[in-house]
Amino acid sequence: MNPQLTADGRLRHLLTLDGLPRAILTQILDTAESFMDVGEREVKKVPLLRGKSIFNLFFEPSTRTRTTFEIAAKRLSADVVNLNIATSSQTKGEAILDTVDNLAAMHADMFVVRHSQSGAAHFIARHVAPHISVINAGDGRHAHPTQGLLDMFTIRRFKGEFHNLTVAIVGDVLHSRVARSQIHALTTLGVPEVRVIGPKTLLPTGVEQMGVKVFHTMEAGLAGCDVVIMLRLQSERMKGALLPSAQEYFKFFGLTPEKLALAKPDAIVMHPGPMNRGVEIDSEVADGPQSVILPQVTYGIAVRMAVMALLAGGTTA
Amino acid sequence: MKIHIKNGRVIDPMNVRDEVTNVFVAAGKIVAIGHAPADFHANRTIDATGLVVCPGLVDLSVRLREPGFEYRATLESEMLAAAAGGVTSLACPPDTDPPLDEPGLVEMLKFRARNLPGPRVYPIGAMTQKLEGKMLTEMAELTEAGCRAFTQADAPPTDTQVLLRAMEYASTFDFSLWLRPQDVSLARGGVAHDGAVASRLGLPGIPALAETVALATILQLARETGARIHLARLSTRESIAMVRAAKAQGLAVTCDVASTHVHLSENDLISFDSHLHLVPPLRSLRDRDAIREALRDGSIDALCSDHTPVDEDEKQVPFGESAPGASGVELLLPLTLKWAREMGVPLMQAIDLISWKPAQILGVPGGNLAVGSCADICIFDETAEWVVTPKALASQGNNTPFLNHPMQGRVRYTVIDGHIDFESLRF
Amino acid sequence: MPASLPDVDPLIARLATTIAPTLTPDTVIVGIHTGGVWVAERLHAMLHCALPLGMLDISFYRDDFSRIGLHPQVKPSNLPFDLEGRAILLVDDVLHSGRTVRAAMNELFDYGRPASIRLAVLVDRGGHELPIRPDFTGLTLTVPAHQNINLSRLDDGHLTLSLA
Repeated sequence: MNPQLTADGRLRHLLTLDGLPRAILTQILDTAESFMDVGEREVKKVPLLRGKSIFNLFFEPSTRTRTTFEIAAKRLSADVVNLNIATSSQTKGEAILDTVDNLAAMHADMFVVRHSQSGAAHFIARHVAPHISVINAGDGRHAHPTQGLLDMFTIRRFKGEFHNLTVAIVGDVLHSRVARSQIHALTTLGVPEVRVIGPKTLLPTGVEQMGVKVFHTMEAGLAGCDVVIMLRLQSERMKGALLPSAQEYFKFFGLTPEKLALAKPDAIVMHPGPMNRGVEIDSEVADGPQSVILPQVTYGIAVRMAVMALLAGGTTA
Repeated sequence: MKIHIKNGRVIDPMNVRDEVTNVFVAAGKIVAIGHAPADFHANRTIDATGLVVCPGLVDLSVRLREPGFEYRATLESEMLAAAAGGVTSLACPPDTDPPLDEPGLVEMLKFRARNLPGPRVYPIGAMTQKLEGKMLTEMAELTEAGCRAFTQADAPPTDTQVLLRAMEYASTFDFSLWLRPQDVSLARGGVAHDGAVASRLGLPGIPALAETVALATILQLARETGARIHLARLSTRESIAMVRAAKAQGLAVTCDVASTHVHLSENDLISFDSHLHLVPPLRSLRDRDAIREALRDGSIDALCSDHTPVDEDEKQVPFGESAPGASGVELLLPLTLKWAREMGVPLMQAIDLISWKPAQILGVPGGNLAVGSCADICIFDETAEWVVTPKALASQGNNTPFLNHPMQGRVRYTVIDGHIDFESLRF
Repeated sequence: MPASLPDVDPLIARLATTIAPTLTPDTVIVGIHTGGVWVAERLHAMLHCALPLGMLDISFYRDDFSRIGLHPQVKPSNLPFDLEGRAILLVDDVLHSGRTVRAAMNELFDYGRPASIRLAVLVDRGGHELPIRPDFTGLTLTVPAHQNINLSRLDDGHLTLSLA
């Protein structure tokens, strides 16, 4: 019983990549492929979602992600409304459902939700009327499915196939919704070896049970990798009980040209952004020939268009 | 009021009785079992054919939410709910607002409760003032006001020295301390068991270590001070093993678990249902199975509901922001029966865990059906099937993870102090 | 039901013959996925066009999207030339309601402003719902509303028409 799928197995919400069938992931990636050229045309728009209202419901600030969703929606000709809702301790809770109800009354067709609490998108999806779709744009540490999908799109574009790859995810997996979505997508798409690399303080308990191999040194973890995904280290984690300092972190887990040389010569380097240069990644690598960090951003729009198009279509059948 | 309870299957764990017979009640006491005393003319005859007649249940943790949280529940609603659950005595934790840390508050609660129908209410006093974990309360005064024990409820002490002093002081008067072992710093920020499921769902974790580390401290201090300790709401396999070992060494400790934790585990969290946000968190299946086994072998002394009604709005938020706890006083009996059925445990042993044994921990009358005992009696239909819905519950709190689940076993009559305080109209 | 439908190859040949005199050097041929592309490929070869063939997938422009959803196999459109100021020969296999052609024209205009668009279809089966008529037609038929006429391609590349 997957709340994301309709009774006949179509996508109803996109809340997490955990448990989504491979066929649906592939369908999203294929659809994104056909949206790729829309951004390069004179009129960067298709009329697919004309007349639909999409609400970007951001309970946690994020300009980057919100912008890419906004562009994607506009390229599909949807009407987009951005709402940045600060969560104060007084108004939290009640406010969420009240907000959702109010927007639904304005005939919203889709909510793009970001929230600091894991499970917030599930919570809203459970509450909305049947014709409204919810896209999770990041909930706490839980999931960021469109980021995970755009990363898969990037890997497929540069590597072609998934079944022969070794992929390493490096850094703060504990707090990363991006890493969780990547792990589910990679394992579902058939990547035989997914690795996580980091100090024990930044890896979640029982992470192996998500189907990954755990490494605590870059030397061992990067050897033979086709894809190296660096995670952002939030500034509040850099000092204190999880890590002694950003300097020590960079020395042992930052991606430098020397460490990248341990991976395969044609390995690609990815990062969900925004980057902390000199903390998790050296500028020479970030701007180097193996980096695909900027293409990731471009692909993000096509992938989000694909997700919105698949969710919005056929809802009145 | 004279009551003749006719032809029921009378189960009394304390007296090792399990037979179909009659129970006679007069003037608040059980006056005879089997044959009516001479000149006994019942005002009321209850036909208990096909029903189980057992001691009224004793629940070691029922939050009545007064004073201070009347928006969540009231004394009236929750005492009625307890009676509907077959509970005739309950211990009420001090986490009210203000907390039960002054004799006046305790007397007020007892006075209010005495004037309402429903179970006997035994307040558990705050161990420290305002439950802040700093200054001890007037335990002797509070005991005179009616407190049966002292606790920090779900606000475990952060200062081990305060805990030591509390044990020393309590043991001076032979007062009992009820402690839920949790290391506050290890549990900080957590909302779910720190395991594979929380990792997958991205829910901040509370490690099992938070319980065992605190438990080790409590046991060591108890050995040193000789304080009487009851360990509340154990949740991990390791802590059960530690308590088992401590008991084997002769330490006078008792312990309980919540009925939710006998049936649920972290695996149930997968849909982020905030009704599963409990304290302590639902642990792994391995832990749950250890609880089920320890109840069977007697390592765990009692089962309680840990009844925590919360307002619906407090659960209508994402998991991590929701108020923890479950309403459960009406589910204590069916969940205990469910465990017994699933484990093949005799009914008498199951009833013992929710009547006689908790009555001993609380140190109160009741929990048995001996002639001369107070007439606190639960009469239930072991086979009645029902579904948990807001309408089926008397509690103001509908916050149960068992919503829409089928249950087997339902209370038909609750006799408290010789009065029929609850009687199910729907058969 | 007609006993048999005519062979496709002579129809395309006739179409090419009628189109040929109107072709200018800057005309581009654009086929609509899937059947229109097959016909366009043939025409492109027969007419010896210098400019590459264009292909349109109109899935993103369909007016029945909110009812039936996205086509499961959307193919990218491919227009390997600048549309601005060009003469376009739009090719489809079967003209029915005209909605596909309308969607295709909408899409073309999102790539730029062509000088002209003319429409060539293999079969005009009637049942038009929009003021869209072909400039070049291989075959005109009247097919009852409940029936469909389909172009399919065999493994050897041979094209056939069928009625269902």
